[in-house]
Amino acid sequence: MSDMSAAETPARDIPPLVLEHRVLRSLLGAWALAACSPEEAAAVDAHLGECAACAEEAPRLRAAVELLQRPDSLDLKPSLRTRVLADCLQRRPPRIPVPEWAAPYDAETARLDALLQDIGDAEWHAPVRLRWFAAGETASRRTTVAGAVAHLLVVDGLVAVALGLPDPLGEIPAAAPGPASRTEAYWRASHLPPTRAVRAPWRAQSHDLVRTASFTGGSAGGLPVSYGDWALPLHDALLDRAFECWVHAEDIAEAVSYPYDPPAPGHLHRMIDLAARLLPEVLAARRRSAPAGPPPGGRRHLVAAGAPGRSLKLEIEGAGGGEWLIPLDSPAAVGSAEHEVAHVVLDGVEFCRLAAGRVRPEEAAAGQTGDRAAIRDVLCAAAGLSRL
Amino acid sequence: MATKDTPLRRDRRTQQRLARGEAAALGEVYDRYASLVHGLAYRVLGDERAADTVTREVFVHVWEHPDRYDPNQGPLRTWIAALTHRLAVRELRDTGTAALERGGPGTAADLEQRVRRASVAARADYIVQSMPAPLRLALERAYFQRRDYRRTAADLGITEEEARRRLRLGLQLLATAQDAADPGAPPGQGGAA
Repeated sequence: MSDMSAAETPARDIPPLVLEHRVLRSLLGAWALAACSPEEAAAVDAHLGECAACAEEAPRLRAAVELLQRPDSLDLKPSLRTRVLADCLQRRPPRIPVPEWAAPYDAETARLDALLQDIGDAEWHAPVRLRWFAAGETASRRTTVAGAVAHLLVVDGLVAVALGLPDPLGEIPAAAPGPASRTEAYWRASHLPPTRAVRAPWRAQSHDLVRTASFTGGSAGGLPVSYGDWALPLHDALLDRAFECWVHAEDIAEAVSYPYDPPAPGHLHRMIDLAARLLPEVLAARRRSAPAGPPPGGRRHLVAAGAPGRSLKLEIEGAGGGEWLIPLDSPAAVGSAEHEVAHVVLDGVEFCRLAAGRVRPEEAAAGQTGDRAAIRDVLCAAAGLSRL
Repeated sequence: MATKDTPLRRDRRTQQRLARGEAAALGEVYDRYASLVHGLAYRVLGDERAADTVTREVFVHVWEHPDRYDPNQGPLRTWIAALTHRLAVRELRDTGTAALERGGPGTAADLEQRVRRASVAARADYIVQSMPAPLRLALERAYFQRRDYRRTAADLGITEEEARRRLRLGLQLLATAQDAADPGAPPGQGGAA
C-alpha cells in the first residue's frame, strides 16, 4: 500500500479492514492520536457504531489528547531560590542553619544544576576547554560538558574526604592526591567519555557537603582540607569550590551558548576576599622559585611576622567589590596603608577571570599607580591561583 | 550520602530533617521539586510572577508544616504537587473574584469555567510527568513527533502491539485528569493544606 494514495483517498472509499475486537480496542489510543493507518482508522470508526464499550472510551481518549501540552520551557530563575529560601528561613528560623561560609557553594551548585537540567543529551558532549595559568603561560585541557562536571565531582571529593564522606574517585588510583591528578585519573578510568549520568552523583555529593557542613556548625570551619601539596581550612575550601563551580559553569554555559550571570554580590565578595588572602602565599612561592637576579616585586624589605610591611592596595570595583591591602614581602606581614607602594583598580568579575586563568595578567584591564614591578607581581600571582 | 534507599524511606527522612529544622534539607527539597511546583503553578495561572508567588507559598508551607505530610498516604512529591495545585487554584480564583468585584469583564460562571480548565490542565501535566516513562515516551513520539504507532514501535524497539498498548494506556491515565468532581481537587492525595 502506498501511504500517499491512501492519504488522498476519502475515508469512505477505503476497503473495510476486518479486525477482531481485541485489536480494534487496542488501536483506540493510536486512533485518538491519529497515529494509525487510514484503513485502521476507518475500521475503528465503523466499530464504534457497533461496540458500546469502545464508543464510550474513544471520546475520552480524544479529549485526553487535547490535554497533552508541551512542557513550558520556562527557566526557573536562580534568584527565586534565594528569595524563597530566605523567606522560609525568616518565617521559621532553622535550628541547623547552613553556615554562612557554605552559602556560596550551596548557591553556585544550585545555579549550575539548573543549567544542567536544561541542556539536552547531545550538549553534554559539547567540547569545553578548561584553562589555567601556569609558569607564565595559559595552559588548557580539552574535555566536554560532562567531563567538566566530572572534574567538579572529583575535586569536590577532596572536601568530601576531609568530612568523612565517601571519595567519588572510589578505588580508582590517582598518581597524586591533588585536583589535576584526580581529574586525569577519573577521566582515564573509563573507556567511554563521561555522560549526563555524572550529574546525579555530583549533585548528591554537593548536597551531602552542604548538609555535613551544616552539622559541623561553626566549629569545624577550620578543619583542614588537603589538596595534596597544600591545604585550606574547610570554610575556605568550600568557598574555593564555589568559585570553581562558577568558573566551570561559565565554561559549560559558553559551550552550550547559554547566558550565565556572576554570583550574588555578597558571594562574589567572599570569593574575592579568599583570593586576596591567598595572594601573599603565592607571592612568597613565586619568590622562592624565582631565578637568581633581581627579586620580583621590587626590592624586598625584611619584615617581622605580624608587623606592617610594604603593601599593594587592591581596589575591586562593582558589585561584591571592596579594598584589600596585600602585604608584598611576607605572608606573615600585615597589610598597611602607611606602607602602600602601589594601587591597582579592577572590576570584580575581571579580577575573578584573572584568578581563574581566563585573562592573562598583562591583559587584565586594571588601573595602576605606583610600583610597576609590585603590580606585575601581584597580577601574576592572582593568575597563578588558577589551576586545573 | 544518598544510599540505596527506598523512595518511602527517603521521603520519611526528608520529613524528619525538615521537622528538625535543618536548612540544608529545605534547600534539597527546593532543588528536587521547584521546577515541578513552578511548572504546575504556571500551568494554572499562566503568569510567571503569580507562579513565583505560589512557589514561595508552597515551600513556606512545607518548611513550616512538614508534619502535615503523611508518608503513609503517598510520596512527598505527590503531596507537594497536591499542595501546589490547591494553592495555585485558590490564587486563580481569588484574583479572578477580586477582578469581578472591581467590575471586570465576565461572570462568576466564566471564572469557574476558567478555574476548572486550568485545574484539569495542571492535573494532566502532573499525570504526564508521573506516569511510567515507557508510556510517556510513546505518547511523546506519537503526539509531539507525529510518528504513527508503527514508527513509534520501531523507534522504541518494541512490538507494534506493545506500542498500541502504551498509547492507549497513557491516554487512559491522562483522561482521569478530567474526572475530579471538584475543580480544585488535587491530583493525588487530599488534605494537603
